[in-house]
Amino acid sequence: MTTRTGTTRTLAVVSAGLSTPSSTRLLADRLATATVAALRERGDDATVEVVELRGHARDLADHLTTGFANAELQATIDTVTGADGLIAVTPVFSASYSGLFKTFFDVLDKDALIGTPVLLGATAGTARHSLVVEYALRPLFAYLRAAPAPTGVFAASADWAGGGIDRSLADRVERAAGELAGLVAGRPAGVRPADPFADPATSFEELLRGQ
Amino acid sequence: MQFGVFTVGDVTPDPTTGRTPTEAERVKSLIAIALKAEEVGLDVFAQGQHHNPPFVVSSPTTTLGYIAAKTEKLVLSTSTTLITTTDPVKIAEDFATLQHVADGRVDLMMGRGNTGPVYPWFGKDIRDGIPLAVENYQLLRRLWREDVVNWEGRFRTPLQGFTSTPRPLDGVPPFVWHGSIRSPQIAEQAAFYGDGFFHNHIFWPAEHTQRMVEFYRRRFEHYGHGSADQAIVGLGGQVFMRKNSQDAVAEFRPYFDKAPVYGGGPSLEEFSSQTPLTVGSPEQVIERTLGFRDYVGDYQRQLFLIDHAGLPLKTVLEQLDILGEEVVPVLRKEFAALKPAHVPDAPTHASLVAAAGGARMSTGSDTTVHATDDVTGRTVEAGAQA
Repeated sequence: MTTRTGTTRTLAVVSAGLSTPSSTRLLADRLATATVAALRERGDDATVEVVELRGHARDLADHLTTGFANAELQATIDTVTGADGLIAVTPVFSASYSGLFKTFFDVLDKDALIGTPVLLGATAGTARHSLVVEYALRPLFAYLRAAPAPTGVFAASADWAGGGIDRSLADRVERAAGELAGLVAGRPAGVRPADPFADPATSFEELLRGQ
Repeated sequence: MQFGVFTVGDVTPDPTTGRTPTEAERVKSLIAIALKAEEVGLDVFAQGQHHNPPFVVSSPTTTLGYIAAKTEKLVLSTSTTLITTTDPVKIAEDFATLQHVADGRVDLMMGRGNTGPVYPWFGKDIRDGIPLAVENYQLLRRLWREDVVNWEGRFRTPLQGFTSTPRPLDGVPPFVWHGSIRSPQIAEQAAFYGDGFFHNHIFWPAEHTQRMVEFYRRRFEHYGHGSADQAIVGLGGQVFMRKNSQDAVAEFRPYFDKAPVYGGGPSLEEFSSQTPLTVGSPEQVIERTLGFRDYVGDYQRQLFLIDHAGLPLKTVLEQLDILGEEVVPVLRKEFAALKPAHVPDAPTHASLVAAAGGARMSTGSDTTVHATDDVTGRTVEAGAQA
């Protein structure tokens, strides 16, 4: 058996919660803590960068009209697209992810999250939204060609009171975090989107020949 | 260094009056702007090409031909010529003709600059944007440089024994700039041929411009056209000026707030800090423009956008007065003092002819076919004698 030397992974946590305190942020934090613990069990350290989308609400609206990210938003985008793993949590608005959550993923380059392991989470007032992760979030991240963990974590208000609907919230968090940690640990560290300004792999002569 | 203005020829209501100029007014205003540019001592007027409302610039060489007849020194250029959806044969013919009309005062800026729906109107597909730019430009170069072209490609009818007429003036094609905001392939194309690279440098942060220009310069050197700092770079810029900066801001704000390109987004102040847009006094414009050199190096051409968003012609002409009297003379002097001797100026027809060893007409070995009538076979000389 080979001994793994510990690697430091970066986890980005995107929370689209709007209130303070926010149950969305609370769930995001629990998922992050559990994922860090699960990575540590595998011998990896992890640093966590939390992004509260509320703080970028105007930056995101500006991006929609100008087509570019201002410096603050760009730094956040770089944090998320450069992470080894992503935890993405949204409140449920009108039966789906919130517009703020969607806008953030809309402004990313369409290739920026290819292969990135993602843990999906959602919060709502009632358990009747509990499949939102599967019918709304998972297709979005499938389109982005990210690698969502099999277990998504949905938390309704009742879950925070303890005692789950079928399993307790704590169990679901732990299972999902273990899956994300497995996906992150199975991936080379520091995978970054390709730099478009690196010297081209395809020569111009090849472009001219239509290749 | 060359200074000038570039326009996209949009017809936009004036938000302060609600009045929309007619297409005729707008076409004539482009001409008035060009004539004023020459009058106040600018070097270049560049006009865009679009084939959809609200633009009136579908036929650039028509307007530029008229301007050529009314001016003496102004270099006539484009911003941009659509190499994706315009037949390269037509570009070769139109701009060679314009060269003759304008006694060589012509260059071009190539761009893809179309929205999706425009491509199918010309039998093309926007998903082929880069391959179209690559193939069409290669053909255009051959049409200008080879008297008889046999050609087959992916996008256009093959050519057998084709001669594009008229041949370029003095056997020297117009200099070409390639414009792109963020496609490295286009900067690569400019570098490959040793052509110029132009970044529009408006509406986007300066970091985009910087990355593109750095890439172009590095690749220019890679392809053996000279050192990176000898590459031919042009920049756009967007200004609105009044003697007092507060007056400039107050007058420009309603245009900014309603403009189709940025209305409803960041404030004028935010946009001015995030992009090279400069609204203020002539001194502020001078300082900001000199600062462009800090991130792109010594460059050869600076064009300003001054006539969009519904600004009335009278205001635009006042902007040209300020540019010509207060801004450009200072910039000329300052940029010239900073530029090292080994950095070339922007190519002109005269410099290209000199580099080619003189005009083909004057060498006595003129083989250009514009001297021969295809139908009668008679040469111009014979025709003149008849």
